[in-house]
Amino acid sequence: MSLLYTEQQEELIKLVKDFAENEIKPYVEELDKKGETPAKELFKGAFEMGLHMVEIPEEYGGAGLDFETTAMIFEELAKVDAGYAITLVSTFVALRSVILSGSPEQARLFADIIEPGNFAAFTLTEPNAGTDVAAMKGTAVKDGDEYILNASKTFITNGEIADVYVVFFKTDKNAGNKGISAFIVERDRPGVTVGVHEDKMGLRLSNTSDVFFQDVRVPADHLIGREGQGFKIALNTLNLSRAFVGTLAVGIMQRALDEAIAYAQEREQFGRPIMKFQSVQGLIADMAIKTEAARALVNNTMRLMDQGDLVKKEGAITKTFVSDACQEVTSKAVQVFGGYGVIKDYPVEKLMRDCKVFQIFEGTNEIQRSTIARELDKEYK
Amino acid sequence: MNIIVLIKQVPDTSEIKIDPETNRLMRAGVPSIINPVDKNAIEAAVQYKEEYGGKVVVLSMGPSQAKKALKESLALGADEAYLVTDRLFGGSDTYATSYILSEAIKKIGDFDIIFAGQQAIDGDTGQTGPSTAQHLGISRLTYVVDVSLEGEDTVIVKREVEEGIEVIASKKPLLCTVTKAINKPRYATIKSILAANQAEIGEITAADLGEIDKNKIGLKGSPTRVKKTFTPDISKNGEIIAADTAEEAAEKLVDKLLAKNVL
Repeated sequence: MSLLYTEQQEELIKLVKDFAENEIKPYVEELDKKGETPAKELFKGAFEMGLHMVEIPEEYGGAGLDFETTAMIFEELAKVDAGYAITLVSTFVALRSVILSGSPEQARLFADIIEPGNFAAFTLTEPNAGTDVAAMKGTAVKDGDEYILNASKTFITNGEIADVYVVFFKTDKNAGNKGISAFIVERDRPGVTVGVHEDKMGLRLSNTSDVFFQDVRVPADHLIGREGQGFKIALNTLNLSRAFVGTLAVGIMQRALDEAIAYAQEREQFGRPIMKFQSVQGLIADMAIKTEAARALVNNTMRLMDQGDLVKKEGAITKTFVSDACQEVTSKAVQVFGGYGVIKDYPVEKLMRDCKVFQIFEGTNEIQRSTIARELDKEYK
Repeated sequence: MNIIVLIKQVPDTSEIKIDPETNRLMRAGVPSIINPVDKNAIEAAVQYKEEYGGKVVVLSMGPSQAKKALKESLALGADEAYLVTDRLFGGSDTYATSYILSEAIKKIGDFDIIFAGQQAIDGDTGQTGPSTAQHLGISRLTYVVDVSLEGEDTVIVKREVEEGIEVIASKKPLLCTVTKAINKPRYATIKSILAANQAEIGEITAADLGEIDKNKIGLKGSPTRVKKTFTPDISKNGEIIAADTAEEAAEKLVDKLLAKNVL
C-alpha cells in the first residue's frame, strides 16, 4: 500500500531517490560519526536540482511545485538522511514565511540571496524563550530609517551556514506576543555572528548553532509585515514547517521499515528467517501500519495546504502523531535487529537517534497537544 | 546546426525477474527506461552544444510509449525530440530500423554530428548506430570516449579499443557511438522535468518520409530472422590441466584434443 502517485510525481520521486542514493548516501555514515555539517559542495547537486526552492513560486526563482509533491520527494531525501533534508526544508520554509507575510520586494530580496545556492534560517528560539516565545529578550529599536537589532538566538537550524535569516525581536517589550516583530537580516551585516555547531544526539548532518545580533542595523524596509505581527508570522510558518518535518519523519520510518524487513528475511534463528516468527511479524506489521498512517496524514495536510488552508490544527496533529509514531517505529526496528540494532555499524540506531528531536522541535508535542485541544474547543463552541 | 541523438526505450533489465518454473523473463510491470548508455549520448550532445553551440534533437523509433523516454531526454537538456513511429515500421530489425532512422534524420535537416549509445541492454547488438551512419554515407566511430572540435569542420574523437585509446580526426558530419566512460550524465532538475512534461513530442511517420523505400522497412524489409530463443544449458565445469611446466601442460592439452578429434 502506498499513496496514489501521478506519473509526474513518480518521475520526481525517482529523480530525488537516485540523487540521494548515489550522491549523498556514501557520505552520511562518516558525517554522522563526526557530527559535521556537510560541506556546501555536498549540496551543489541539490541546489542545481532546485531542491532548496522547490515549492517556491516561479516568480521568485523556485520550481513552483505543489506542497503534496514536495513532501513526497523530501520523504525520499529523508530516507537517506533527514538532517541533510532539513537543511533544505529550513531554507525554503524561511523564504516561504517572507512570501506569506512580507511584500513581493522582500520576498525577491530574500529569494535572490538563496537562489544561487545558499541557505536560510528561521531564527526564533532564545535560551529562555523556547515554547514560551513571548519571553524573548531580543529587541528591535527604530532609529530613523533603520532598526537596531540585539538578540542571542539558540538552537537555530542552519544558524552557522545561512546567508540570510528571518529573525524575531521585541519591538514592544510590554506587549507580550503582540510586541514581537519579524525582520530579514543578511548574514554579512556588521554585528551578526554565529556560535559553534551543536554536538547533537541525532540529525547530526543538520547544522544547529547560536546566532548573535549585536547592534545590527537593518533598513526599516526589512521589517516583515508590520510591527507586532511577528508572533502571527511565526505561528503561520510553524504550521507549515510542522507538516514538512512530518514528511521527514515518514522518510525515517520508511527507512526503518525497509531495513527491518531486509534484516528479518536474512537473519536466521532456530533454522529459519526470523521474519517467519509471529512475534517479529507483529513488530514489522505495527511498523508498517504506523508508517502508512503517518504518510497518509502528512499527504492530507499537504493537500489542505495546497488549497490555501493554514493547517493550524492539522499541522499540529500531523507533527505530533508522526513524531510519536516515528519513535515507536525506529525503536521497533532496533528491536528487530536484536543486539545488532544498537551497534553503530548497523543502520537502525542512527534512525532512532535522528527521530527523537521530532517530538521536540517546531514546538514540543506537549504544546502541540494544547494547540489541538484549544482549536477543538473553539470549533465545538 | 543540429546535433542529433538516437535513443532507445528499453525494459529496465535490473527490474526483470526470471520465472523459476518456466525460465522465462517476467516482463509484466517492468518499467521502461532510456537505454542507460543512451543517457551518456544525450549528455555528450548537450556538452557539445554547450561548448560549440547548436541544437540538440533527439530521435527514437518505437511505439507511442517511447514518448516518455523522449520527454526525459528534454529534461536532460535536449532542445527537441521526435518519435519515429508507424505501424509500417513494426517488426523492423536493426537494418530496417537504421534505414528508417537515416531517412528521419534527413527530414530533420543538416547536422554536424550524431550521437548514439554503443548498444542497447535489450538487443545488445550494437548495430543500429553504425548502420545508420552507413545509410547516411557518413563516417561512423564506435566506442567513443571523447569528442572535440578542431577548427571549423574537423572532429577529434578518442575511441577506447582493446589496445588502448585511438585518436581519430574526422570531417563533419559523423556519427559516434559512445561508451559510459565518455561522461557522467547530469541529473534532470525539478524545473526541467515539469517543463518536459508540458512539451509536445512530434511524430515522424512513414507518410512524412515520402522517399522511403517500403521494401526496406518493417518485417518485410528485415533480413534478420529469429528462428528460436532458448535458455542455454549450464555448461559443464572446465578441467584444469595440471603440469609442472607450460610445455608439459600444452602437450597434455594437445593429447586431449587429439583424443576428442578436435584437432
